[in-house]
Amino acid sequence: MADGGGDIIRLDGVEKHFGAVTAVAGVDVACRSGEALGLVGHNGAGKSTLMQILAGTLAPDRGTITLAGRDVSAGYSVAEAQKYGVRCVFQELSLCPNLTVAENARVLHPSLRGIGWRGRAGRLIISKLDEIFAGHDIAAGDIVGDLTIARRQMVEIARAFTVTDTPLRLVILDEPTSSLDSVVTGQLLDHVRRFVSGGGSVVIISHLLGEILSSASRIAVMRDGKVVAERPAGEFDRNSLVAAMGSVVKAAHSADKSGRDMRTSASPRVRARPAGQAGGDELLAYPGEVVGLAGLAGHGQTAALLKLFRAAGKSGGEAQVDGDVAFVAGDRQTDGIFPLWSIAQNISIGSIRALARMTLIDADAEREMARNWQERIAIRTPDMDNNIFTLSGGNQQKALFARALATNARTVLMDDPMRGVDIGTKQEVYGIIRDEAAKGRTFVWYTTEIDELVHADHVYVFRDGHIVAGFPRAEATEENILHASFREGS
Amino acid sequence: MKAIISPRTLRGMLPALSLAILLGAIWWLNPRAISPLGFQLMFNLAVPIALATVAQMCVMAVNDLDLGIGAYIGLVVCIAATWLNETPVLGVLALAATLVIYMALGALIHLRNLPSIVVTLGMSFVWLGLAILVLPTPGGKSPEWLSGLMKLKTPLIPFPILAAIAIALASHFLLMRTAHGAILRGAGGNPKAIERAGWSLLKVKVAMFGLAGFFAMLAGLALIGLTTSAQANVAERYTLLTIAGVILGGGSFVGGRISPIGAVIGALTLTLTAPFLTFLRITPDWQIGAQGAILIIVLAFRAFIDRAEARR
Repeated sequence: MADGGGDIIRLDGVEKHFGAVTAVAGVDVACRSGEALGLVGHNGAGKSTLMQILAGTLAPDRGTITLAGRDVSAGYSVAEAQKYGVRCVFQELSLCPNLTVAENARVLHPSLRGIGWRGRAGRLIISKLDEIFAGHDIAAGDIVGDLTIARRQMVEIARAFTVTDTPLRLVILDEPTSSLDSVVTGQLLDHVRRFVSGGGSVVIISHLLGEILSSASRIAVMRDGKVVAERPAGEFDRNSLVAAMGSVVKAAHSADKSGRDMRTSASPRVRARPAGQAGGDELLAYPGEVVGLAGLAGHGQTAALLKLFRAAGKSGGEAQVDGDVAFVAGDRQTDGIFPLWSIAQNISIGSIRALARMTLIDADAEREMARNWQERIAIRTPDMDNNIFTLSGGNQQKALFARALATNARTVLMDDPMRGVDIGTKQEVYGIIRDEAAKGRTFVWYTTEIDELVHADHVYVFRDGHIVAGFPRAEATEENILHASFREGS
Repeated sequence: MKAIISPRTLRGMLPALSLAILLGAIWWLNPRAISPLGFQLMFNLAVPIALATVAQMCVMAVNDLDLGIGAYIGLVVCIAATWLNETPVLGVLALAATLVIYMALGALIHLRNLPSIVVTLGMSFVWLGLAILVLPTPGGKSPEWLSGLMKLKTPLIPFPILAAIAIALASHFLLMRTAHGAILRGAGGNPKAIERAGWSLLKVKVAMFGLAGFFAMLAGLALIGLTTSAQANVAERYTLLTIAGVILGGGSFVGGRISPIGAVIGALTLTLTAPFLTFLRITPDWQIGAQGAILIIVLAFRAFIDRAEARR
């Protein structure tokens, strides 16, 4: 560990906050030439934020960035990173779908200009594609939007490795293989090894632990915005990685393990199978039960909730739901809140039919409902007729809960509703959920925070759009959930 | 690969196909219209419309809309018929100032994250007001050189057609072939990607609105060259006509998908609908509605092709 000698870029004490949420809480990390750094961690551990800081697309709130021994914290930007040869393949594709493959190469290379730039850009990207993904079948003139997702990902990866006038030192790969098949993934990992042995440096983030273990020379494990373990890859195996990713809520968990088992009696209120899943577990939810949906973000949980929402009140089809459902959106600003309305109106909209008298809204009943819910779930405001945005984020979310709970719906679907909600409000909402479940309501709750699953009576783990495991409360340990979320092998 | 013509090629050919069908229909109705003189007459107004459509396309390429373009062209017409004719220096300065305002609009929309339709709709009233201040009553006179240029007689191929081809090729080269054009279009397709690659989206917006202002100004100059005298609301219809032209030419409202050649062909197609409907003996009262119907037919056909492609 020669200090600073081979460091391409190093971060010291880097912090990044988004409002009340701390995404990165004091991380020291260094990328050295001739080394592949693997980065693992569960949802929201701060990996992607950290990579954005490395790539210069996000400025940290605190900490120093050192580029080749030079402190660049003040003016670090994408342009600076590019100039020094730091490239990033972002999780969501960053190609322009309306441009050709060659034109997308040009976007990354300001020096590709003047007469004949199209030809040069095309040769540059295609030769790199040939080098990494032999037999790729992509032409320079193809419009990116017409390519399959896998091919787009290949173009994006190849583009990150192209070199024109500036040197290439570090390539950050954020979930690069999420839509690649095993052959192409193998080609990519081979290229990563070649690049690293040639003196380059790579940071690779993946939820495929086998991939990380086989390609990284050093592995850093992130949890709650911090690097909690960092060792040579040889010292890790699958189990020790999973153990390092887990957090320390186990004590609290076991204390509450008694649980209730609703599954012996009655018939399920909700029954569904994710689209395209033939066998395996079905999603079941019984009256009075809190069902948790776990797994890495974007693996089909929200789609399953939406399917249940659409299935409500209809017979037949793949999903069955008895009675009405209400939906609590996770993305408050886009899916939940009516920004111009008062708090009271935001709550009553869910049960407007019950409040209507001869097609007109009964204002007294509406006010009564709002006052009632303000008391029951303690929305902190002097006046429920204030605009919804006068509330803090947590209280806005409470209002959305009130909207769902005020309805007659027997089933409440929740799409990761606690995003960006402070811990105190969370505890209050957990209490409300438990009370309502005790009264016979069913909750289907997708959450990206493993800690929250202790409130669920039954947990289903999603992966690639399928339910891969179902655990009753006693077995729903963090370790089991993590194991199920990360695919076996590579 | 099984079909002889792939949906993508078909979609690319659709604007030209629509124009050809319309020309065929006109030939069938009135064979004598398909002659150099007939073309000169039918495409008389094609040059300003084609230029205005290219201007609108520049704005639409970055996912915005310019609802003030018709009023702006009216202002250019009024300035050209008064100051540019009488005191050319003042006229040139005034036109340059409007271009700067156009670029500032792009910056404002980007920096304040405002919806372009609101900003440009508001500006349309500003443009109209300025135009009335410059020329309170219809009148004025086009500069001689402009009228002379627009009435140019060219051998074999009529001037409006040559001009349209030149406009199409120039804007195609500028936006589709140059290295910077790729960045400008990319900003419509995935602004985040452009920003992450180290480009300034502010500069892109300013450049695109500046280009739009430039082409719209040329459209105004071409228009006054044809009409010879001016009026503040002479180009009122252009706002919606240009949007229709871009869409007809294969562009879309979002996603940076544009086609300069298609847009010019779209503009020509819309220009041709007027004589076509006249040959059909449809009164001018119905012509705007009929133009809309043509637009719907072409767009329906495009949606049909897209769906066929999705199914493949």
